[in-house]
Amino acid sequence: MSISVKHISKSFKNTTAINDVSFEVKEGELFGLIGPDGAGKTTIFRILTTLLFADKGTATVAGYDVITNYKDIRNNVGYMPGRFSLYQDLTVEENLTFFATIFDTTIEENYDLIKDIYIQIEPFKNRRAGALSGGMKQKLALCCALIHKPKVLFLDEPTTGVDPVSRKEFWEMLKRLQQKGITILVSTPYMDEAILCDRIALIQNGQLLQIDTPQQIAKQYPKKIYAISADNIYQLIIHLKAYKHSYSVYPFGEFVHYTDKRADFDLKELVLFLEDRNIKNSRIQQTEATIEDTFMELAK
Amino acid sequence: MKRFIGFITKEFYHIFRDKRSLFILFGMPIAQILLFGFAITNEINNVDIAILDKSKDATTQEIINKIAASKYFSVKQLIENESAIESIFKKGKVKAVLVFENNFSKKLTKENTATIQIITDATDPNTANTISNYTSSIVQNYQQAINKNIKIAYQIVPETRMVYNPELKSVFMFVPGVMTIILMLVSAMMTSISITREKELGTMEILLVSPLKPFQVIIGKVVPYIFLAVINAIVIVLLSIFIFKMPVQGSLFLLAMESILFIITSLSLGILISTIAATQQTAMMISLMGLMLPVILLSGFIFPIASMPAPLQVISHIIPAKWFIIIIKGIMLKGVGIAFIWKETLILVAMTLFFMVLSVKKYKIRLE
Repeated sequence: MSISVKHISKSFKNTTAINDVSFEVKEGELFGLIGPDGAGKTTIFRILTTLLFADKGTATVAGYDVITNYKDIRNNVGYMPGRFSLYQDLTVEENLTFFATIFDTTIEENYDLIKDIYIQIEPFKNRRAGALSGGMKQKLALCCALIHKPKVLFLDEPTTGVDPVSRKEFWEMLKRLQQKGITILVSTPYMDEAILCDRIALIQNGQLLQIDTPQQIAKQYPKKIYAISADNIYQLIIHLKAYKHSYSVYPFGEFVHYTDKRADFDLKELVLFLEDRNIKNSRIQQTEATIEDTFMELAK
Repeated sequence: MKRFIGFITKEFYHIFRDKRSLFILFGMPIAQILLFGFAITNEINNVDIAILDKSKDATTQEIINKIAASKYFSVKQLIENESAIESIFKKGKVKAVLVFENNFSKKLTKENTATIQIITDATDPNTANTISNYTSSIVQNYQQAINKNIKIAYQIVPETRMVYNPELKSVFMFVPGVMTIILMLVSAMMTSISITREKELGTMEILLVSPLKPFQVIIGKVVPYIFLAVINAIVIVLLSIFIFKMPVQGSLFLLAMESILFIITSLSLGILISTIAATQQTAMMISLMGLMLPVILLSGFIFPIASMPAPLQVISHIIPAKWFIIIIKGIMLKGVGIAFIWKETLILVAMTLFFMVLSVKKYKIRLE
């Protein structure tokens, strides 16, 4: 196991940040921690990167204990904090050189590892890091976290505040890194990124809700889901929520995901109900459950 | 070692790219030394005075001439009656008024005594004091001159000699003080700010999750500032030698070594501050309030420690600047060697070790 977390709990003053969290990440796996802001993702990252002590429980990274062997972990992991944490007044190249030297290596030595990513920011290598765009900053930060060829890579919300194109590119890079044998633990609040992980853990209020492959998690959704659209989505939601048989109603882009309390029911009944409530142009269609549906269900 | 050099290179990039700090770093010592040297002074020069001469005879005229001829006073106005005194003070035109009594010359020869009243504007007590002393001594000189031929049975003549600063130039007092302040500020404030900046920007988080050891980070932060502070010390000494003609009586080498020692003391204080402060703002406030004020008020730089109340004198012992001021005054003005200042040097060494041990202990290898 590359990362092993056993019954970890941590509180700050009176608030419990994470509560009895356990999970394992296999070697070479791309593992995602999926959850909203404040769920405790960053705390887990900080415990695993030896920045915080857990109140309870044990954890190992790359076979080293996070408390007793913290120095070995610091030599063998790459960490990209949630906030952009490079030197803004240093240029792209200077930042990279600096991180290479403090890990006692050089850019040339591990160039093959970062080549794919670095090539994209190389045209700006003399620009100060502070003057880069959000996507560029993340690519540079990833390069800096990778320059010493870590065994395990910790990426805390690497795509937050990054444009959709850069996000896509970023995930493609992670896939390529994974093929080079690096274990990656990544956190994200975006459900559409969850599907790109090998396995994910859903986390809410400091507790893990479920750990499985994204496909399996989506499949586990117990009910039939209907995607409903109409001219006035707002009115639609209000009336669906008021419907006596409704189990859950969540807006989902231009659709509303609806589930019914009854295991089996006639769609016509619902259509009639909506017509009766003066909802125009409603279309109802059964749909596949997504991770987000499962998350909402579990988080209920 | 390569790691270490990499870290120092990075620090120099930070320093040289932050133009504003760089300007403060090198502009401040020059501005301060010039300000203290030229503007802030305890000496008096060309003070405007007024004279009320009620007798208008040869003797009074001679005394007035003597006073007017000195470089300390210039006679601005002659007034005719007592009532004018108050109004002239209120207008703030003069700092002092000399009043010669009626029949001055006659009284002096017949009764052997005559009085001059010196009225000074004591809104500024130091100046008032100095004016009255200077005037008295001019009058006394005159008196000795006219009494030359007369033998007085017993006479005690105090002969004063001011050693180490015969002209009583106040710049001689300010240079050591300013040098102390600057070295303290550059070293303590700048290092504490540069360490807390890493905390604030989150880069400390990455540095912690790296194989860099605490002492490597600390020493890496300190070395560039030793270098800068030494340059500052050189600038200050050169300015004081060439602009203020301040002599360096003792060994320049000893002065340099002692300065480096004090720089290291201040740096270790700066590191200590950075282990307490979480933000650059706090670090700056602690450095300014916690270091600047005591250095100015309690180090003997401006106010003599011997005349402070006992509790403040005790506090002054724990201020490193106090010991450094004693050391540089000794070297620059008295020309003493290490034999005379080893005690102060030892105190500084001990303080430095104490601060360093404390900061390495307090340095957090984690976020909490």
